[in-house]
Amino acid sequence: MKDMLTPYVTEDGRQIGEVLMDMHNITLRFGGVEAIKDISFNIQEGEIRAIIGPNGAGKSSMLNVISGFYNPQEGEVWFRGAKRPPMKPYQVARLGIARTFQNIALFEGMSVLDNVMTGRLNHMDASLFSQALWRGRAEREETENREAVEKVIDFLEIQAIRKTPVGRLPYGLKKRVELARALAAEPKLLLLDEPMAGMNVEEKEDMSRFILDVNDEFGTTIALIEHDMGVVMDLSDRVIVMDYGRKIGDGTPDEVRNNQEVIDAYLGVSHD
Amino acid sequence: MTSNASRDAPQSVPALLARNVARFPDKPAFREKEFGIWQSWTWAETAKEIDAFALGLLTLGANIGDHIAVVGRNRPALYWAMVAAQKVGCIPVPLYQDAAAEEIAYALNHCGARYVVVGDQEQVDKVADVRDGAKALEHVIYLDGRGLRKYDHSHMTSFAELKGKGGDLAEMARRSDALTYDDTAVMLYTSGTTGRPKGVVLSNRNVIETAKHSSEFDRLLPEDEVLAYLPMAWVGDFIFSVGQAMWTGFCVNCPESEHTMLTDLREIGPTYFFAPPRVFEGQLTSVMIRMEDAGRFKKWLFHHFMEVARRVGPAMLDGKPVSFGGRLSYGLGNILVYGPLKNTLGLSRIRIGYTAGEAIGPEIFDFYRALGINLKQLYGQTEATVYITQQPDGEVRSDTVGVPSPGVELKIADSGEVFYRSPGVFVEYYKNPESTASTKDADGWVATGDAGFIEEGTGHLRIIDRAKDVGKMADGALFAPKYVENKLKFYPNILEAVVFGAGRDRCCAFINIDLSAVGNWAERNNIAYSSYQELSQHPRVLEMIDGHVAEVNASVAEDEMLAGCQIHRFLVLHKELDADDGEMTRTRKVRRAVVGEKFDDLVNALYGDTAEIYTETEVTYEDGRKGKITATLSIRDAKIAPAMKVAAE
Repeated sequence: MKDMLTPYVTEDGRQIGEVLMDMHNITLRFGGVEAIKDISFNIQEGEIRAIIGPNGAGKSSMLNVISGFYNPQEGEVWFRGAKRPPMKPYQVARLGIARTFQNIALFEGMSVLDNVMTGRLNHMDASLFSQALWRGRAEREETENREAVEKVIDFLEIQAIRKTPVGRLPYGLKKRVELARALAAEPKLLLLDEPMAGMNVEEKEDMSRFILDVNDEFGTTIALIEHDMGVVMDLSDRVIVMDYGRKIGDGTPDEVRNNQEVIDAYLGVSHD
Repeated sequence: MTSNASRDAPQSVPALLARNVARFPDKPAFREKEFGIWQSWTWAETAKEIDAFALGLLTLGANIGDHIAVVGRNRPALYWAMVAAQKVGCIPVPLYQDAAAEEIAYALNHCGARYVVVGDQEQVDKVADVRDGAKALEHVIYLDGRGLRKYDHSHMTSFAELKGKGGDLAEMARRSDALTYDDTAVMLYTSGTTGRPKGVVLSNRNVIETAKHSSEFDRLLPEDEVLAYLPMAWVGDFIFSVGQAMWTGFCVNCPESEHTMLTDLREIGPTYFFAPPRVFEGQLTSVMIRMEDAGRFKKWLFHHFMEVARRVGPAMLDGKPVSFGGRLSYGLGNILVYGPLKNTLGLSRIRIGYTAGEAIGPEIFDFYRALGINLKQLYGQTEATVYITQQPDGEVRSDTVGVPSPGVELKIADSGEVFYRSPGVFVEYYKNPESTASTKDADGWVATGDAGFIEEGTGHLRIIDRAKDVGKMADGALFAPKYVENKLKFYPNILEAVVFGAGRDRCCAFINIDLSAVGNWAERNNIAYSSYQELSQHPRVLEMIDGHVAEVNASVAEDEMLAGCQIHRFLVLHKELDADDGEMTRTRKVRRAVVGEKFDDLVNALYGDTAEIYTETEVTYEDGRKGKITATLSIRDAKIAPAMKVAAE
């Protein structure tokens, strides 16, 4: 495996920086079940890092560890050079980690705009009092946040549905709105849990384009779980392969593609 | 030299801009919705932007006479690029952004464009695809840099960067001062259904004279608002959003994206609006569908007051006398229905609306006029700088295209083809003297390719058909099949009609019933049927169609010139004309010749005297299998209306 720990420049000219997130020997158990077994890996700044693996491999659990939803029994999580103590998800969000969900988790009755605005929650500091009175800081913050949200709306080309209630949108667009909400938080690290699941080819192409553009335009580091191999291999800089809670491969898409253990896990291997 | 402009009148589009800056520097000239807010630029700011871009073009080395292509959706900066190009003596060439790569390649190569100004990555990619074909192309200037970070920028610059470069002010002033009334203002490629697109060269004279006349005709004001959403490469958009906007100084509003057009329309509430029939049709359909879902009371309210509106609305719009009761009902309807409806459609503030491009169904046209929207028709083409004829206020009808626009002379050739001559007549087709010569004669008369006639008494032009479809009957009378077919097709029960008669002594027709409409009618009238074929030959269906044909005949007879096109005999076909059987094109246009040949036994029967004909027809099923259907069709004699003589004779 190539040593990726130092900053480097990708073939298409993007600058990949220092290690942003470092996972040391993570083990996660649910009762007697070991969902993640002693996995270590890192995510460098500016990277698109994919986690792949067959069903039940522990990918979503891993994402949940990163996002602070699960606290691993063993191992350490380092973020931006500091060890992260066990945290609640909202505290992790404040650190600058935003995510989308495998099953869309939006407020169905609220408009797209309001949904995306909720992504700015961590950028609102005005007191309850000031917000109730709509004076001074609250008003100023709302304007600033709306501006930030509008940039995201423009970026993801969802102007036409700005005022539409999310419940009325087709699936592919809801996924995009979820991405918009995560982006509105201006995260350092963006976690995407199966962003292309259930999409048709055209929607997948659009979503891939947006993921690349987000990374390119804002320099956002992205960790994603995805089943579509073509998408993963095209999008990501480095790929981790998991199987039964273990890490069986880690490297560039090419390295992973040629890894015998990975091929076995995906294509199956005859037990003789 | 007969210049229509006085000496100090602006002689070019940039000169008009300078005049507007002096006249109303702080009035909004352009608006664009971006980041959820309508951003606006005053005339003074617009001029500054245009100057900055023009200077940037100079630093790129733009020479006088260079062509600069513009590709993208309607955005203020792209309009500015067109004016800026002219300011440094270049020629703007707007292209359709959704055109296929080879069409763009053809245009770029044909005009030898050295620079292309594009909206975003999509168009950058498109231009990059055709770069090898476009030999002269040197530099791409883009507006939205998103996704372009990794591109090779040796031949690419962003709009913002170019604007910041500064440049030779004196040179720019020298070039823009040197522009004359006969210099090219813009070059537009006609989409051309046949053959290669042609580059129509329009001079400052064409654009300014046309803008001036048409603005005066409709009394456009600096306070007017338009929404720029139709393709920039289309002559109409250039005249509305550049020509007339510069002449009168009204504000051009650009939508946020292609998909937000209807929302933006509602927010802006334009006072002057142009749309092809399909936009009006689409809006009407969505209103009707939503009304179907409405509660019973609302539905009743809507239908009741629409009935009132149909009765008195158009008359009130034309300022004709209307009874007090009618006015009262209409006023009430306006509060309860028309006002809110117009507001929803974004048409509350319209003073002047135009539709053109193709025939609009009278019921659609009347719906909008009944609501009190001053919707009018115009007839024009690129070569005329849009305007040939248009309808004056108070003389609006769905079946004419109006009187000659100011400054336009019309003549009808013996063949029926419409010719015009006007200050808007194009200079030439670029690098195509043969086509120029065959379209425009030495005296400046231009052939439209459409056949029509001028209505006696009113002086309105009526377009009948494409000239190539119009023929003569045996007695020399004019034969215009599409004119009659369109009239038939306005009946919901009739899906298609094919009229025969070229070179014959009388006209006959095939008619296709519309299964959903006629089926629905049959259900309500307890008429049992088991197949399309059976329904089509049901005596009561034939009777109904008979009635429609008689009405069409009566209406055709009102035109003295076309009275010969009345349908003498018709039959209702036992199968729907279908693209799978080659009877129609994929865009559902009837292939007249194919139909005539395939059903020649039926055509002969129509021109014979039998009342019935047995026929066998080969059909193709959707899965490609072929089959044969047989039928006995009745042939009916239609009621012929006596040709009306013009009363004045």
